[in-house]
Amino acid sequence: MDASNKKPGWRPSWWRGRTAVIGVPYFWLLLFFLAPFLIVANYSVSEMGAIRVENITSVVDGAVKLTVKYSNYVNLTADNLYWHAYLASLKYAFFTTVFCLLIGYPFAYFMARAKQALQPTLLMLVMLPFWTSFLLRVYAWKGLLDEGGWVADLITGSHFDRVLLWLGVIETQGQLMHTTFSLIVGMTYTYLPFMILPLYANLSKMDLRLLEAASDLGATPWVAFWRVTVPLSKAGIIAGSMLVFIPCVGEYVTPELLGGPTTLMIGRVIWDENFSNNDPPMASAVAVILVLLIVVPLAIFNKYQVEAQEARK
Amino acid sequence: MKNRAIFGTRFAKGFGRAWLVGGFLFLYLPMVTLMIFSFNHSRLASHWGGFSLEWYAKLASDTEIINGLWLSLKIAVTSATGSVILGTMAAFTLVKYKRFRGRTFFTGMVNAPLVMPEVIQGLSLLLLFVAIQHATERFDGGFPERGFFTIWLGHLMIGMSYAAVVIQARLQDLNPQLEEAAMDLGARPWQVFRLVTFPMITQSLISAWLLTFSLSLDDVVASAFLSGPGATTMPLVIFSRARLGLDPSVNAVATVMIVIVAICVALASVWVARAERRRAAEISAAARDDS
Amino acid sequence: MSTSADNTKFLQIQDVVKDFGGYKAVNHVNLDIAKGEIFALLGSSGCGKTTLLRMLAGFETPTSGRIILNGQDLAGLPPYERPLNMMFQSYALFPHLTVWDNIAFGLRRDNWPRDKVAERVEAMLKLVQLSKYAKRKPHQLSGGQQQRVALARSLAKQPEMLLLDEPLGALDKKLREETQIELVNIIEQVGVTCVMVTHDQEEAMTMASRIAVMSEGRFLQVGSPAEIYETPATRFVADFIGNVNLMDGTVSVDEADHVVIDCADCKHYVGHGITGTVGMSVTVALRPEKITLQREKPADPYNCVAGKIEEMSYFGSSTVYRVKLASGQVLAVSTANTERHSESALTWGDIVWAHWSPQAHVVLTQ
Repeated sequence: MDASNKKPGWRPSWWRGRTAVIGVPYFWLLLFFLAPFLIVANYSVSEMGAIRVENITSVVDGAVKLTVKYSNYVNLTADNLYWHAYLASLKYAFFTTVFCLLIGYPFAYFMARAKQALQPTLLMLVMLPFWTSFLLRVYAWKGLLDEGGWVADLITGSHFDRVLLWLGVIETQGQLMHTTFSLIVGMTYTYLPFMILPLYANLSKMDLRLLEAASDLGATPWVAFWRVTVPLSKAGIIAGSMLVFIPCVGEYVTPELLGGPTTLMIGRVIWDENFSNNDPPMASAVAVILVLLIVVPLAIFNKYQVEAQEARK
Repeated sequence: MKNRAIFGTRFAKGFGRAWLVGGFLFLYLPMVTLMIFSFNHSRLASHWGGFSLEWYAKLASDTEIINGLWLSLKIAVTSATGSVILGTMAAFTLVKYKRFRGRTFFTGMVNAPLVMPEVIQGLSLLLLFVAIQHATERFDGGFPERGFFTIWLGHLMIGMSYAAVVIQARLQDLNPQLEEAAMDLGARPWQVFRLVTFPMITQSLISAWLLTFSLSLDDVVASAFLSGPGATTMPLVIFSRARLGLDPSVNAVATVMIVIVAICVALASVWVARAERRRAAEISAAARDDS
Repeated sequence: MSTSADNTKFLQIQDVVKDFGGYKAVNHVNLDIAKGEIFALLGSSGCGKTTLLRMLAGFETPTSGRIILNGQDLAGLPPYERPLNMMFQSYALFPHLTVWDNIAFGLRRDNWPRDKVAERVEAMLKLVQLSKYAKRKPHQLSGGQQQRVALARSLAKQPEMLLLDEPLGALDKKLREETQIELVNIIEQVGVTCVMVTHDQEEAMTMASRIAVMSEGRFLQVGSPAEIYETPATRFVADFIGNVNLMDGTVSVDEADHVVIDCADCKHYVGHGITGTVGMSVTVALRPEKITLQREKPADPYNCVAGKIEEMSYFGSSTVYRVKLASGQVLAVSTANTERHSESALTWGDIVWAHWSPQAHVVLTQ
C-alpha cells in the first residue's frame, strides 16, 4: 500500500498524553514485576539470619562490600530432592500438555466444524468451566477419585486400575487418589479449556474454501487435514500449549489436593521453603532456577503474542 | 460438497459428534457430581445418605466463609477496576506507540504474568513488600502490612496483563481512520479518546473487567503468599478445608458459585447472540436499499 | 484568518519533502491551487499522493517545505486546528453515533450553540438528500448513503478546503458513475476548494478541473484533463492516462511549422514545429481513437502504415483492433461502432491501412 500507511515512530509535538500513557504502566511494571524479580535474585544469594535475611551489601571500613552467598544454590545441586522435583515438574507439565492437546484439538476442531448456528452454544458450554473457579474444579475430582467415589469405583470395577498400576502411575491397587494418575487427570481437566479456546479461535477463523480447494486438487479429507488444517492451526497449537505448559510447571494447588508424596512438584517446594521452613532465600533460589527453566517457553510464548498482534493488522 | 471436503465420510461426522459429547461429559460430570453431593446428607463420597439441604443451611451461618466471601468480593471489584484502567493504558501503548525505548522489554513484561507460575509471582511480590516494609520500619511499624492491600496489589499485577491482552485485541481491530476523522473534525486527543475510542472499546472493557474479577475471586496461590492475619479470602478458606479432605460445606459453596456463573454466562451469551443477529439483519436490510 | 491572499494561490505547497528514514515518499513538490478549484492528485499505489494529502490534513509533518492555506502557514498546526476537513476512503463514520450526531460532531467540538448546530445539520442533510435517515446508525445505511453522510460531515463546518481520499473507491461501477456527477455538483454548489486523491484516471478526469500526475513522490505533469490527455509531457504520462501507441523515431525534417519523424514502420508528418534538431531521437505518441482503418492504401505517403489485424476486442460501443506492423510493433486502434452492421467489417487476419491526421500526434522527448 501507499507509503503513507507506514506510521513513523514520532508524532508531532502536540501528542503529549503519550508520555503518561506509556509511562504509568511502564513504571508500574518496573516496580511490581521487575523489581520483585531482582529482589528474588538478591535473596537467592543471601542467607537466613536469626530472624530475618542477612543483607548481602554491607559497609565495611567505609566501602560497600558485597557478600554473595551461594549456599542456597549449593544445596540445590547437592540435595537430590530438588533435581527430582524440577524434572518431575517438567515431566508432568509435558504430559498434561500432550493430553490436553490430544483431547482438546479434536474437540476444538469438531466444534469449529459444527453447524454455524450451534457454535455459539458450544462455545458457551466451554466458557462455563473456564469461568468457574479453578480450585473448585480440582476439588471436584477429589469426590470422584476418593475411596468410594464413582469414578474410582468404575476404574477398580473394570480392572482398569491394573493397567494404571502397570504403567506406574498408581502405587497400590485400589487407591487412585494422591497418585500420579490423579494429578495428571486433575491438571489435564483444569487446563483443558485453556487449550480448547485458543485452538477454537484459530480453527473457526480458517477459510474453509482452502479445504475445498484441496479436495478439488485430489486430497482426501484425511490428507487435507494433515496438510492444510494442522499447519494453519500451528499458531493456535503453540498458544494453547504454552498456556498449559508454563503455568503447569509451577503448579501448586493441584498437586497439593490431588497429588501425593510421590508427586513432588517444584511449586510445592517453593511454597514449603517459604512457609514451612521459613527460608525465603532458599525459596528464591529454587524460584530463580524455575524461571530459567521456563525462559525458553516464555520466549516462545512472547514471540507468538507479538506475531499474533502483527497478524491482526 | 462442502461437507464432503471437511468430513469426508459419515464416520467422521459421527466420530466428531461422539468426541464432542465425550469431551463435554468429561468437562461437566465432575462439576455435576460435586453439585449433587452438596445435597448428600452423608459426608462420604461413597454413600448417598439421602437428600438434604443442611449444608446450605450451615453455610448461612458459616462466618469464616461469609467473611472470606466479603473480603474476596471487595478485593475482586477493586482490583478488577484497577486492572482495567492499567490494562487499557498498557493496551494503548502496545497498539499505538510503535517505537519507544524498551518496547520489546515492555511487551515481555506485560505478557509474562499471563503464563508465569503463580508461586513465582506470589513469592516475588511477597519479598518486595517485605523489603519495602523493612525500609519503612521507622515509620509506624512499616508499610505495607500484609493483608488486604498487598493481596489487592498482587491481583492488580496479574489482572493488568489479562486486561491488556483483551483490550489490545479490540483496539487493534479498530479502524484508525475513525480517530483521525475525529481529529480532523476538531477533537483534541483526549476528546478523541472519550468520544470515539472509548465507546468503541466498551464491550471489551466489560469483558476485561469480568475476566479479572473472576480471576481475582478465584485466586489461591498469590493470595496465600500475600495475605496476612485477618485477611483470609474465600478461596483460601476453601483451600484449607479441601486440603483436609472432602467437606460438604465446600460442595455447597461450589454449587452456589457454579450456578451463579452458569446463569451469568448463559445470559451474556444469549444477549450477545441476539445483538449480533439484530445487527446483521440491519446491515443486510440497508444493503438492499439502493441509496 | 483570511488574508487578502491571491485567489489563484489559495493553497501553496512549497518544495515539500517527506522523508521516511531514507525513503522519500514526497520528493520536492511544488503546487499552487486556486480557490474553488477541484484538484486531483493522480497516481498508482506508492506514488506519494496519499502522503501528500495527509500532510495537508495534518496527520503527517513535512520533513521540509511549507504548506500555506489562504495565507496561513499550516506548519505545527495539529489536524484539529486546521481550517480544512477530510473525507476518508473508508468514510470513517462513527458507528456508535447516528447520522445526525455524526454530522454534528465537528460543530459540537467548536462549541456551537444547540440551535445553530441543528440548523446546520438540517441544511447538510438536505444538501445530500438524507433528511429521512437522520436517526439511523451507519450500519443501517447502504454504501452510497454512508458516503453521502461522510460528505455532509466533512462539509458541515464550511471548511476552507475539502480533502477527498479515494472518494469513490468503495463503490461499484454503476454507483460510481452516478456518484461522480452528484459529488461534483454538491462541491460546486457549496463552492469549496477541493483536493482529491485517486488512482482511477476516469475519476480524476471526470471530476477534477486540474490534475497532477504523480509518480515516485514527484509531479510529472500538472494540467487540465484535456491537456494531460492530449498533450502529455512524458512517455510515462502518455502511457499512464488512457491508452497510447508509442513509436520511437528520429527527426528527419525540422521546420518551423512542421517536422517529419522517421519511425521503423512509417514516416510521421507532424503539423506543428517542435523544439529540437534534425537527428534527435523522439517518441511519437498516438492515441488509438485518432487512428482510422481502411482496406485501401491512402494517398498520403505520410501518417499511414500497413498491418495485419491480430486481435479484436468488442466493447459494444467501440471495437479495439490490435494491428501488427512489419517491425513487429502492435498498433492499438479504437473505432466507434457508428453503424449496427457494417458491410466492410474488418476481421482477424485482414491486411489494413491505418492512417491519421497531422494534428493527431504528440511528440515526446522524455
